[in-house]
Amino acid sequence: MKIASQILTGSEDFARNRAAHMDALHEIQQAAAQAAEGGGAKARQRHLDRGKMLPRERVANLLDAGTPFLEIGATAAHGLYDGAAPAAGVIAGIGLVQGRQVMVVCNDATVKGGTYYPMSVKKHLRAQEIAEENRLPCLYLVDSGGANLPNQDEVFPDRDHFGRIFYNQARMSAKGIAQIAVVMGSCTAGGAYVPAMSDVTIIVKEQGTIFLAGPPLVKAATGEVVSAEDLGGGDVHTRLSGVADYLAEDDAHALALARRAVGSLGPDRSAVVDLQSPEAPAYDPDEILGVVPDRLTTPYDIREVIARIVDGSRLDEFKPRFGETLVTGFAHVEGMPVGIIANNGVLFSESAQKGAHFVELCSQRRIPLVFLQNITGFMVGRKYENEGIARHGAKMVTAVATTSVPKITLLVGGSFGAGNYGMSGRAYQPRFLWTWPNSRISVMGGPQAAGVLATVKRDAIERAGGSWSEEDEAEFKRPTIEMFERQSHPLYASARLWDDGIVDPRKSRAVLALSLRAALNAPIEETRFGVFRM
Amino acid sequence: MFDTILIANRGEIACRVIRTARAMGVTTVAVHSDVDAGAAHVAMGDRAVSLGGASPAESYLRGEAIIEAALATGAQAIHPGYGFLSENPDFVEAVEATGLVFIGPSASAIRKMGLKDAAKRLMEEAGVPVVPGYLGDDQDAGTLAAEAATIGYPVLIKAVAGGGGKGMRLVEREGDFADALKSAKGEARTAFGNDAVLIEKFVTRPRHIEVQVFGDGTRAVHLFERDCSLQRRHQKVIEEAPAPGMTPEMRTAMGDAAVRAAEAIGYAGAGTIEFIVDGSRGLRPDGFWFMEMNTRLQVEHPVTEAITGVDLVEWQLRVAAGEPLPARQEDLSISGHAFEARLYAEDVPAGFLPATGRLSHLEFPADARCDSGVRGGDVISPHYDPMIAKIITHGPTRAIALRKLSRALAGTQVAGTVTNLAFLSRLAAHPGFAAGEVDTGLIARDLDALTALDAAHQRVVARAALAAAGLDGDNGWDAGFTLWQPLARRITLSTGGTEIDCTLRVGGPHSVEIALPEATSLAERRGGIWRIDGEPAAPVHAERGRVTVFAAPAVAFDVIDPLERAAAAATGDSLTLAPMPGRVVSVAVEAGQNVVEGQRLVVLEAMKMEHAMTAWRDGTVAEVLVTEGAQVEAGAPLIRLEEVEETA
Repeated sequence: MKIASQILTGSEDFARNRAAHMDALHEIQQAAAQAAEGGGAKARQRHLDRGKMLPRERVANLLDAGTPFLEIGATAAHGLYDGAAPAAGVIAGIGLVQGRQVMVVCNDATVKGGTYYPMSVKKHLRAQEIAEENRLPCLYLVDSGGANLPNQDEVFPDRDHFGRIFYNQARMSAKGIAQIAVVMGSCTAGGAYVPAMSDVTIIVKEQGTIFLAGPPLVKAATGEVVSAEDLGGGDVHTRLSGVADYLAEDDAHALALARRAVGSLGPDRSAVVDLQSPEAPAYDPDEILGVVPDRLTTPYDIREVIARIVDGSRLDEFKPRFGETLVTGFAHVEGMPVGIIANNGVLFSESAQKGAHFVELCSQRRIPLVFLQNITGFMVGRKYENEGIARHGAKMVTAVATTSVPKITLLVGGSFGAGNYGMSGRAYQPRFLWTWPNSRISVMGGPQAAGVLATVKRDAIERAGGSWSEEDEAEFKRPTIEMFERQSHPLYASARLWDDGIVDPRKSRAVLALSLRAALNAPIEETRFGVFRM
Repeated sequence: MFDTILIANRGEIACRVIRTARAMGVTTVAVHSDVDAGAAHVAMGDRAVSLGGASPAESYLRGEAIIEAALATGAQAIHPGYGFLSENPDFVEAVEATGLVFIGPSASAIRKMGLKDAAKRLMEEAGVPVVPGYLGDDQDAGTLAAEAATIGYPVLIKAVAGGGGKGMRLVEREGDFADALKSAKGEARTAFGNDAVLIEKFVTRPRHIEVQVFGDGTRAVHLFERDCSLQRRHQKVIEEAPAPGMTPEMRTAMGDAAVRAAEAIGYAGAGTIEFIVDGSRGLRPDGFWFMEMNTRLQVEHPVTEAITGVDLVEWQLRVAAGEPLPARQEDLSISGHAFEARLYAEDVPAGFLPATGRLSHLEFPADARCDSGVRGGDVISPHYDPMIAKIITHGPTRAIALRKLSRALAGTQVAGTVTNLAFLSRLAAHPGFAAGEVDTGLIARDLDALTALDAAHQRVVARAALAAAGLDGDNGWDAGFTLWQPLARRITLSTGGTEIDCTLRVGGPHSVEIALPEATSLAERRGGIWRIDGEPAAPVHAERGRVTVFAAPAVAFDVIDPLERAAAAATGDSLTLAPMPGRVVSVAVEAGQNVVEGQRLVVLEAMKMEHAMTAWRDGTVAEVLVTEGAQVEAGAPLIRLEEVEETA
C-alpha cells in the first residue's frame, strides 16, 4: 500500500531536476511578487495617504489571524494590457472568517482605480463560480471605479461580462450563499450594484461611495454640483438611502463588522465523507522538485509524486496491472478521502476504460477526484483507431464530465489534446485547476503542430511539382514552434485564467487539501452519468 | 484539644488556620458572607455557615451570629484570625459568656493594649522603653501644640484608638500642627468614633521592628523579631525576619522588653510588640521604643514561622485548649532568614488604589510558601481587603532568601486584575534593600523608580501579539498558508495607555514574524516550545480581549477590538437629534445643567405619541437648541452636551 520510492535524493539527476524547477519557480515567484505590489509604489502611497489599508492588508485583516488563504488568479493578466493590471486589479481567494470558509473578492484601487479590465471580470466571475459550486459565502471588498472604459467592449456586453457579477449575486443569494459587501472606496456605475445586490452591506465613513453616476457625470447630465460624499457617501447610504446597512469608522472597523456579519450566518450544509486522522507523507514533499524530470519528454513514475502528496504515502491502487499508463487509486490528503487519477504515459484504450471505471467507483462512493495531469494525448495510429480508442476515450470523458463528485485537477506536466478532456481540463469544470511552473498546455506539442502544418504545405508544394528544402521547412516551422512555446507557458495560461493559479510543487499537498476542504463545503449530489459508448 | 473550631474570618487567614487545624485533626467550621459563599475558605472548611450580606457589618462583624453558628455546629472554640473581631474585647466576653473558648488573649489584655495612651503608660510602668510623647486626656488644641513643641519636631499625631495609619499625621513644622491635628481628629472620629490623639516624637530614619510573643496567661516567650520597615504610608509591603543588622545584645534587650510587656498584662496566645527603632546610627540596645501591641496573630507571622520552625496557629490552638507553652525560651532559635511580600490587587500607577476583578488566572511558584485565600476564577470584590496572597521564602542567608523571593515573584502569575507584583519585584531588587539598609522611608524616597512604568519590552509585546492572534500553540499545518506572498495581519495592543500596532506575518505553523514599531521579532516553535528571538516565550494568560504576559514583571495588554473602539468613538457625539419630525412638547433641562445618563432632556410629540429624548451619557448641557412648541424636522439637533475631554 505504501509506495516505495526508487528515488535517490543524492543523485545527479535529482540535483539537476531540482535546479531546473527552482529556476522555473523563481520566475513565477517574481511574477507573483510583482502582482502583489498592485499599481506600484506611488499608487500605494496615495492609497495609504487616504487612510485606507492596502488591499492585501484588507484581506489579511478580514481573515482569522494566521489562517490559510488560497488565492486564485494570483498572476492573472500577467503580461496583458502592457502590464497595466497586475493580478487583474482584483485579489480573490478562499480564507477563513470566524472559522468559516469564505470567498473574498477585493478590488485593488491602486490598479487603475480598481476598474475592471476583461480579465478582472473573468477573475471576479471565476471567484463567484468557485463560491457558488462550493457554497462559500462571498465577501466583496469594494473599491472600484467600475468598467475600464477603454476596454468596455470586452467588459460590458457579453454573457460572461460585467452584468454576470450581479446575476451571480442574486442567484447565490437565492441559494442561501451569503453575499456581503464592504464598500471601502468608490463603487460607481455598474459597480454600485455589488453593494446594492448584497445581503448585507457595510460602508466606510467618508471613504466609501456608492452611486450610479459620479459627480462629474451628474454635472454633465443635469448641471447639479454635488460632492461625492453628499451624493453617495456612507452617511447618506446608511441614514437616508438604505443602500448600505452599517456605517464603519474606518477600514479596520468595516472589516470587523464584516467578520461579525459572517459570524451571524447560520450553519451550512457540507459534504459527508469519512475522515481519517491526517498523516504526513512518508516522503518529504520538498523532494518533488528533484523527483520530477527537468524535461517534459523524460518519462518518470507518477507514483513518486503521489508518494509525496498523500497521507502516509499510501495508495490503494485500483487495477494496477491493467491500463498501466493511468494510475488510479484511493488515498487520503490531510485525512480527506480522494480518488486519484494520474497519467503515467500516453492513454491507451485500456487506460481510458480503467479511468472511466474508477470515476464510476468514486462517484458511487462520493469520493472526490484528484487528477494529476501529465498527458501528451491518446495513442494514435491505425491499430488504436481501429480498436476504437475514440470510443474508450469518450467513455472516460463522459464519466469525468458527468460525475457529481468534486474534481480537482493539478497540471503536473503536459496537457495536450484530448488528454486534457479525459483528465478533467478546464472545460470539464473541475472545482479547482492548479498548475505547476513546469507544466505546458496546448492543443498539441509545438513541434507536432509545426510538423502537421509542414506536412500539409510540403504535400501542396510537391503536388505542384516543386521541392522544399529541409532548411526552408525548418524556417517554416520555427514561428509555429515559438508561438506554441510562448502560449503553452503556465504564466501565459494563468494570465488568461485558464486555470486558478500556478502553485509551488512542494505545496501541492497543501493546495489539494485546501481545495478539498473548500469542495467539501458543499454536499456531494448523486451522480447521473450520460450514455457510455460501449 | 478541641474537636471542632469555628474560624470567624475569611480569605487567606481563614484558609491558613483551617490548614493547621486540619493537620491537627480538628474539624473546622467556616463562616461566610453571601458573596463569599463560593470562596476558598468555605470550600476548605469541613462545614460552613452563612452570616449574611456582603459588607463586614452584615457578616464578619456580626459577633452574635458567629457565636450562634459556633454553638449550632458544636464548635468549642472560635479563632478570630486578624482584623474583623480579632481585637474586640466585647466579642471575646460574649464568646466566653457562652462557654466557648476565644483563641486569643483575654478581653482585659485586649482592652489594656487597645487604647494606645493607656498602653504606653502601662509599658512605662513595666520598664519597657517608650517614645517620648504626650498621652494626656487634655485634648485641647493648644495643650497638644505645646506638648508637641516640648517633645520637639518632627512629631507624629496618632489616633489613640487607631491603627492601620488612620488618624495619623506627621508634622514637620510647628506652623503645620493645627491643620494636621484637625484632619487627624476628623479622620479618627470617622474611623473609630473617638477623636482623642496622642503625640510622639518622630524618629528620623526609623525602622519598624516588632517582636513576636506568645503567652499562656502568666508566662511568655518571644519568637524573635521581624523587620517591617518596608512600608508605604504605614502599610507593610515586605516583611522579613530576623531584622538586618540585628545584634545579639539588641535582640536580647528587645526580646526581654517584649516578654515583660506581655507578662505585664497576663497575655495569652500570639501577640506582637511593635517597636520603633532609630536606624540612623545602627541598631543599639538603647535605640528602641514601644509603639503598640497587636493582640492577635499578625499578617506577617509566616516569616517567624519560617525561621523558628514553629506553627503559630498550632500553638494558638494548644494554648487556648489549656496546654502549657509548647516551648521554653531556650528551646527557641533562629534558622536562616525569611521574607514575606504582600501581593495585592491594586493599581500602582494610579496611586496604589485598591483594584477588583475576576482572577482569570492565578498560579504561584512551587518553591515558595504562598498563603492565599483565592483561587483562579475567584473574584477580588470591593467589599474586603484586596490581598491576593502572601509570598514567603526562606533561605539559609538573607541574600539567598531574597533571591528566592525575587524568583518567586517572577514565577507568580496573576491575570484579570492589576496587581502590585511589578512593584514588589522592583522592591525586592532594590540595592539598598538588598544591602539591608531598610527604614520606613525607603519606599517613599524611591517611589518614582519603584513604580515607574517600563515601556514594555519588544519580546514581551511580540509575545502578547502572538497570543492575541491565537498562534502561540500547536498551530495547524495550514497556519499562514499562502500560495506565494504571505499576508500581514495587524493586531493593535494597548498597555499603560499606549497603543502598539503589531504586524504578523505567519510563515508557517512554527514561524511567525512580528513587526513592532521599533523592531521585528521572530517567533519560532522548536521542540514544542515557542521562542521569540531565540528566548523561550514567557507564559501568558489570554482571555477575551486581554493578554497578560508573565514576564518579570507581568504586563497586561488589551487587544484593541475595532468594534469597541468605534462604539467608543460614536459616543463621542454630543448632539441629541430629533429621530422624526415632531413638535417639542417640553424641554426639561437648561444650559449649564448637569445631567446623568438616561435623564429626560426633551419631549417630542410626533404621530400622536410622546417621545422622550434622554441623555445617553452623563454630562453637562452646553446648549438647548430648541424651544417648547417648536416644530422640528427629523435629524434636527435638540440638545448639545459639553464635549468630554479624552482621558487616557
